Amino acid sequence: MDMTALLLSRIQFAFTITFHIIFPSFTIGLAAWLTVIEAMALATGRPVYRVIFEFWLKIFGIAFGMGVVSGIVMAFQFGTNWSVLSKMTGPIQGPLLMYETFWAFMLEASFFGVLIFGRSRVPPWFYLFSTAMVALGTTFSAFFIMVNNSWMQVPSGYVMENGAFVPDDWTKILFNSVVWSRFPHMLLAAYLTGAFCVAATGAWYVLRKVCHAEARIMLRMGLGLAAVLMPIQLLFGHLNGEYVNTYQPSKMAAIEGRWNDEKPGSEVLFAWPDVEHRRNLFAITLPPPLGSLIDSDSLTAAETGLNSIPPENWPPVVLPFFAFRIMVGCGLVMLGLAWVGSYLSYKHRLAYNRPLLWLTFFSFPLPFIAIITGWFTAEVGRQPWVVFGVLRTADAMTPFLTTTEATISLVIFCAVYAFIFLFGTFYIYRLIRTGPARKPFEVPHLAVPNRPMSLADEELVPEPSHTGAGE
Amino acid sequence: MVMFWVLLLAISILLYVLLDGVDLGVGLLFGLASGETRRSAMLSAVAPIWDGNETWLVVTAVILWGAFPVVYATLLSAFYLPLIVMLMGLILRGVAFEFRYKTQRMRWIWDLSFAGGSLIATFIQGLTVGALVKGLQVTNGQYSGGAVGWLTPFAVLCGIGLCLGYALLGACWLAKKCEAEVRDVAHRRIPVLAVGVLAFLVVVFAYALAENLPILHRWIDRPYLFVFPAIGAVAVIVLALSILRHNDHWPFYMVALIFVSAFGTLALSFWPYMIPFVITIDEAAAPRSSLAFMFWGCGLIVFPLMLLYTLISYSVFRGKVGTTAGH
Ligand code: HDD
Ligand code: HEM
Ligand code: HEM
Repeated sequence: MDMTALLLSRIQFAFTITFHIIFPSFTIGLAAWLTVIEAMALATGRPVYRVIFEFWLKIFGIAFGMGVVSGIVMAFQFGTNWSVLSKMTGPIQGPLLMYETFWAFMLEASFFGVLIFGRSRVPPWFYLFSTAMVALGTTFSAFFIMVNNSWMQVPSGYVMENGAFVPDDWTKILFNSVVWSRFPHMLLAAYLTGAFCVAATGAWYVLRKVCHAEARIMLRMGLGLAAVLMPIQLLFGHLNGEYVNTYQPSKMAAIEGRWNDEKPGSEVLFAWPDVEHRRNLFAITLPPPLGSLIDSDSLTAAETGLNSIPPENWPPVVLPFFAFRIMVGCGLVMLGLAWVGSYLSYKHRLAYNRPLLWLTFFSFPLPFIAIITGWFTAEVGRQPWVVFGVLRTADAMTPFLTTTEATISLVIFCAVYAFIFLFGTFYIYRLIRTGPARKPFEVPHLAVPNRPMSLADEELVPEPSHTGAGE
Repeated sequence: MVMFWVLLLAISILLYVLLDGVDLGVGLLFGLASGETRRSAMLSAVAPIWDGNETWLVVTAVILWGAFPVVYATLLSAFYLPLIVMLMGLILRGVAFEFRYKTQRMRWIWDLSFAGGSLIATFIQGLTVGALVKGLQVTNGQYSGGAVGWLTPFAVLCGIGLCLGYALLGACWLAKKCEAEVRDVAHRRIPVLAVGVLAFLVVVFAYALAENLPILHRWIDRPYLFVFPAIGAVAVIVLALSILRHNDHWPFYMVALIFVSAFGTLALSFWPYMIPFVITIDEAAAPRSSLAFMFWGCGLIVFPLMLLYTLISYSVFRGKVGTTAGH
């Protein structure tokens, strides 16, 4: 077993999936939001909603396209780097990925064409329906991938035969409680991403005094949606914690920085976990029974510490510990922003509160950071297992993969992804800076179904000059 | 149930080769074309379809993983480096399609990555098939050929052959979809490429005879396999006639038929192996509970719907594209 190749493969998987998740988080939320906007346009008949819709559709197109190309890579990586895993779990993970491809892809691909081309060709209700179907497609995609990953976190509904996981109860795999707290947590995370990106864009326009009508709607809707969803998200986060506590005590101990068994448990707010000496430095700790209350909803429950788990089954401690705190921290900041902002906007004072507008503008990375750190908590905390408790990551790797091969592939990935990411974000930035077009929307002649990113071709339209504003 | 999934797998691979072969081929010819008018006309001939075409690659991958996990695991890990390079080629090509219209000064970069990405992806696909025919080195059910075990002269030859083949497919598509200069250039290229492909087939055959490849024995053992090459031969004759008549449409259908017959020849001579002479279809198949779950939820209804969608999107874009489109 080549340990360096293993490490490189892990880094490669983490890097490529982190790159990929940036785009789905954004498109899942945006697709749902576009559906709402289109429905409002239909219901109220106000043109401003149409303008907002067409504007965000363009941005959606680019992000969607980057999500597709980076996702294709993911579908191959299980086989290239984790061939033992894919051989053993293929009977379960393969069908789940197939459902994702067949169901989600059908909906997304069929109806995305209508979104771009169909405005003048189909009746308005059907256009709305198509928007909803694209949103449904992305939701299916998230559902099946969460089922897939939840099975790796808490395997169930299978028997072992000839060294392979053979499914014997699909209902247990599809509809267990783990899926039903993690899938909503992920879906809400994506909706929050959409909400904050929209609100931040609105805040930017208000600050720059452009696109008044659109900016206000974006700001108010984005913040309002976040204000409603954020508490629900915290609730599902808490439910996630309960499943981790029940099924993955090692991950929970790492998240909580808990070394000794405690009954009832205390709660470490902040510390620097010192793995070598099995202790926390600089710890700020809340007294018992707060730890048990948070982790197990109980005043007396016993909480497992790392010391009672064999060290060869420990996950890395520092990474999940901090990743978890960053996620929760981002969540709390977003909650505060969304509530204060919504209150001010209800009082019609938001547009004059420049500090808060600036804060809202700079808040758009928060949901992305929370999503990535949340996944790091879940995935790094699952180590050293790839299928929790059954199959170790080290045993799941392609046995004959050499360090040279793994290095070459990792370097290639980093170079190519950096290249396209820079250009992709630059084009999105340019679109957002330009703002919604007031002129009647025309379909660029190159835009075609199956070619989502071509919507950005409108960029060839000369950009408004920014130097003129102050003269 | 196993046969159902073999059938779906075969359909997906064939669709991928035929459909994505067209736009990869156009990408190859794109590298040879000069002048913005010609280039953008070539692009608009495949712009509406390339993304959907590529999806059949994902479909192929997930059918392999779900229905034949052993094959998925063995093939993907054995072809580690080539596969990753191929994926990068596909990515570069995909974004180039979109990004080249966003910039004037940097356009050459995206043109380069469009042609280069197509070339890399095509060559590696041919190489993979060649290496499979030649036979992977497997000990105790595990690939043992090393990091470059797939790199043989025969595989490289097949890589070049597929480049010629896709370019031919692409040229026929351009003749069918385009007008004016692009069409005329394509018409001039078709005979050259066709002769190239035929020469390649002859060379492969001679090489196989000389090397006494295991696959050759199967052809000798089973004369009925020659049905497919026979269909191919008929297609070649019709192709030659249609080239002489400067027909816009027939060359494409005939070249597609040649691809189908080549695919059929290959598939039948592998039968009943999935990875030649190492893993048979039955050994590779996933457990019944997996196959059934996929059959009811994906194969039975959703797969035909996907075929229908492909048909519809092609019929929406039938007819010639204008030469001015693209700017
Ligand atoms: C919670 C959401 C989520 C997560 C965790 C993942 N994906 Fe994804 N993926 C999507 C949500 C998504 C999406 C929203 O459905 C995308 C993004 C843009 C798009 O078109 O579809 C997508 C695209 C996408 C595609 C492109 C073709 C298609 O649309 O079907 C593939 C092949 C994958 N993904 C595969 C994967 C694999 C193998 C993953 C895990 C290792 C993965 N994705 C994680
Ligand atoms: C989309 C968000 C995701 C992120 C950000 C993420 C992050 C990570 C990280 C950081 C690792 C490396 C852990 C380590 O090696 O210490 C990892 C490993 C892994 N994850 Fe995920 N993951 C995500 C989703 C998924 C999904 C949906 C699946 C499966 C369906 C999955 C399957 C795996 C596998 C197979 C590994 C390899 C084992 C390993 O590298 O340790 N991940 N992921
Ligand atoms: C107080 C707030 C929160 C709590 C208590 C919480 C709790 C958790 C826990 C315990 C996990 C690990 C689950 C596992 O290991 O499988 C998790 C994962 C995750 N969190 Fe949070 N979370 C909170 C806020 C947020 C916010 C605001 C976001 C994003 C906007 C977010 C996004 C995620 C994501 C994407 C994952 C990984 C997917 C998963 O494992 O379900 N979380 N969260």
